[in-house]
Amino acid sequence: MQGMFGQLINLFASVLLLLSFAMLAQRRVVTLIDLFMLQGATLVAATTVVGVVTHQPHLYLSAALTLLLKVALIPWLLHRVIRQLNVRWDVETLINIPTTLLLGIVLVIFAFNLALPISQLSSSVARGTLGIALAGVLLSFLMMITRSKAVSQVIGFLSMENCLFFAATSATYGMPLVVELGIALDVLVGILILGVFMFQLRERFDSLDIRHIEKLKED
Amino acid sequence: MYALYATLGIPLFGALLQAAVGHRSFAREINVALSAATFLAACVLTERIVTQGPQFAWDQAFFIDPLNVFLVTLTAFVGLTTAIFSRPYMAIEAEHGKMTPPRLRLYHSMYQLFNCTMLLALTTNNMGLLWVAMEAATLATVLLVSVYRTAASLEAAWKYFILCGVGIAQALFGTVLLFMAAEKVLGAEGGALLWTNLDAVKTQLDPAIITLAFAFLFIGYGTKVGLVPLHNWLPDAHAEGPTPVSAVLSGLLLNVALYALLRCKVLTDGALQTPLASRLMMGFGLLSVLTAAFFLLRQKDVKRMFAYSSIEHMGLMTFAFGVGGPVANFAGLLHMTVHSLIKSAIFFAVGHATQRAGTQIMADIRGLMKASPLLGWSMMLGALAILGMPPFGVFASEFLILTTAMREQPWATPFLLLALGVAFGAVFMRVQEMVFGSTNLPAGGTAHTAPAHLPVYAHLGLGLMLGIYIPPYLDAWYRQAAAMMGG
Repeated sequence: MQGMFGQLINLFASVLLLLSFAMLAQRRVVTLIDLFMLQGATLVAATTVVGVVTHQPHLYLSAALTLLLKVALIPWLLHRVIRQLNVRWDVETLINIPTTLLLGIVLVIFAFNLALPISQLSSSVARGTLGIALAGVLLSFLMMITRSKAVSQVIGFLSMENCLFFAATSATYGMPLVVELGIALDVLVGILILGVFMFQLRERFDSLDIRHIEKLKED
Repeated sequence: MYALYATLGIPLFGALLQAAVGHRSFAREINVALSAATFLAACVLTERIVTQGPQFAWDQAFFIDPLNVFLVTLTAFVGLTTAIFSRPYMAIEAEHGKMTPPRLRLYHSMYQLFNCTMLLALTTNNMGLLWVAMEAATLATVLLVSVYRTAASLEAAWKYFILCGVGIAQALFGTVLLFMAAEKVLGAEGGALLWTNLDAVKTQLDPAIITLAFAFLFIGYGTKVGLVPLHNWLPDAHAEGPTPVSAVLSGLLLNVALYALLRCKVLTDGALQTPLASRLMMGFGLLSVLTAAFFLLRQKDVKRMFAYSSIEHMGLMTFAFGVGGPVANFAGLLHMTVHSLIKSAIFFAVGHATQRAGTQIMADIRGLMKASPLLGWSMMLGALAILGMPPFGVFASEFLILTTAMREQPWATPFLLLALGVAFGAVFMRVQEMVFGSTNLPAGGTAHTAPAHLPVYAHLGLGLMLGIYIPPYLDAWYRQAAAMMGG
């Protein structure tokens, strides 16, 4: 039984990594949001499985919170924002997808090497997956660097948060409840502020392209 | 521990209250009153800690010890003086049409919330909640930076949000790793993230995990301290937001981020028994001092210039804590205090000057001394104080840092001297051009919007006092905190 659950968690972890790559390769903003939703759903599944194996009731709560926030509320908000801003069919044009993916592979190898000695010390059933969580964080980081649209950058930011949550479940049995609630609150408030921001940016610059916005000098 | 609950509760209540009435004309006075009440509560709290020693509150959720109690008082004090400064400042901004009633409400509410998150970050015993409070402080200040809704302020706020968001996410990963290491020793119960518990078992924490955890925590909190090369958000956020916000960012937020880093360093030193944390802090501290000093030379905007000066000073403190030992730690803590006081005083003076001149470009501000002697003197004295002129407190702390560096890390001394020299030349030249000579400023405002000089001179006075005479209880306090940090 334990073995099967272990396999399940590994499966979800690899799905998470796959989705990170899919996001990295995706040019369309609207599809990015769907991918982000799928990533959230995978996170919920993984957290629930760890909860079942370890009989830690607060993991169920954490899974429910993720479901509510990252599968339902935030994607809905993002869809609403891009509809109102009319950027639904926006496409990132200036990225070289193959090079980005190759860079992504290098990052994954780096993350695995970094996490290898540490994941063996973990007591969680999902210990093998710490490397994947770290890889996900780095891939989201790469996505934020390469994108020029504000919405894509925000999705990269949220995807990083997802991978961090996955790291918390895979390295430990999830953070203490009060911390998890606090993080969820921060994420929610953060996304609301970013939503307001996008409207202000649009009003001021007639564009949500960060390249048009960067005017302040680097000195 | 009612004093503690009051210290945290008053600003939280204030944020809600100001969300309701912040646009009214009396909201500025309420802001001062709330900050004064917070400061009073913090004083009572301090008095109790001084007489009764370190204490827990709310079943270990909060922990007050010599390291954080003086920062709590300092935070509440600067929060109060900034509120006093912002009272006439915001009235003038409203007259100029830059602050509309909805913006004033947002500003007042977020100002109180920001104070609340700072105090929470300082007093919490839970490393996870420390992270949550730091992130919440970022969120509150993002809204404050973009309050004018100009193109530049929106860009600054966006950069601030994304850079600090990413940075602080790394700190969360570090916190997860820290929890992972702690869980093996302390069990999976909630207590494994409490700093006091971690401190008790720090020698048993797994070195491999802690090494990686500190690397991530250092990147995360280091971004918020403004360490080079992750400092890009800092000058923009300082220059484009309202000046009271620049004052609290430099005076408080950077200090609290450094405080978080210090807590992590204590644990890392205990677990590793190697100078990894010290070396990282010395290296990046020195890099920040040097880089910021040379960037100071080419600044045209007065607020950007003093923002780079903040990077320089934060680097100097990080370096001092990296050197470690009782003297360097003492000097670092003293420098934290005086920098916070003097830098916010400078921003108060800069705020009044830029409001008077209608520009932040230094070449367009001339003859402050002629236009208003009080303003001119506060600018000049503030600049001299921050540049480390005796008898101000910055001189004492910089002198201690330099002499300790000469003894323990002699290789660093030439770099430090070079950076301090360059910074002196750059800032002094610009400030002296702004202060002396014939004036190009319009005549002063009306009586009811007279600038608040009291906070500036109160801060300068305290900075001066700390340079000449450190009261015995403060001295004992610094020593205890410095000893606690070890190194």
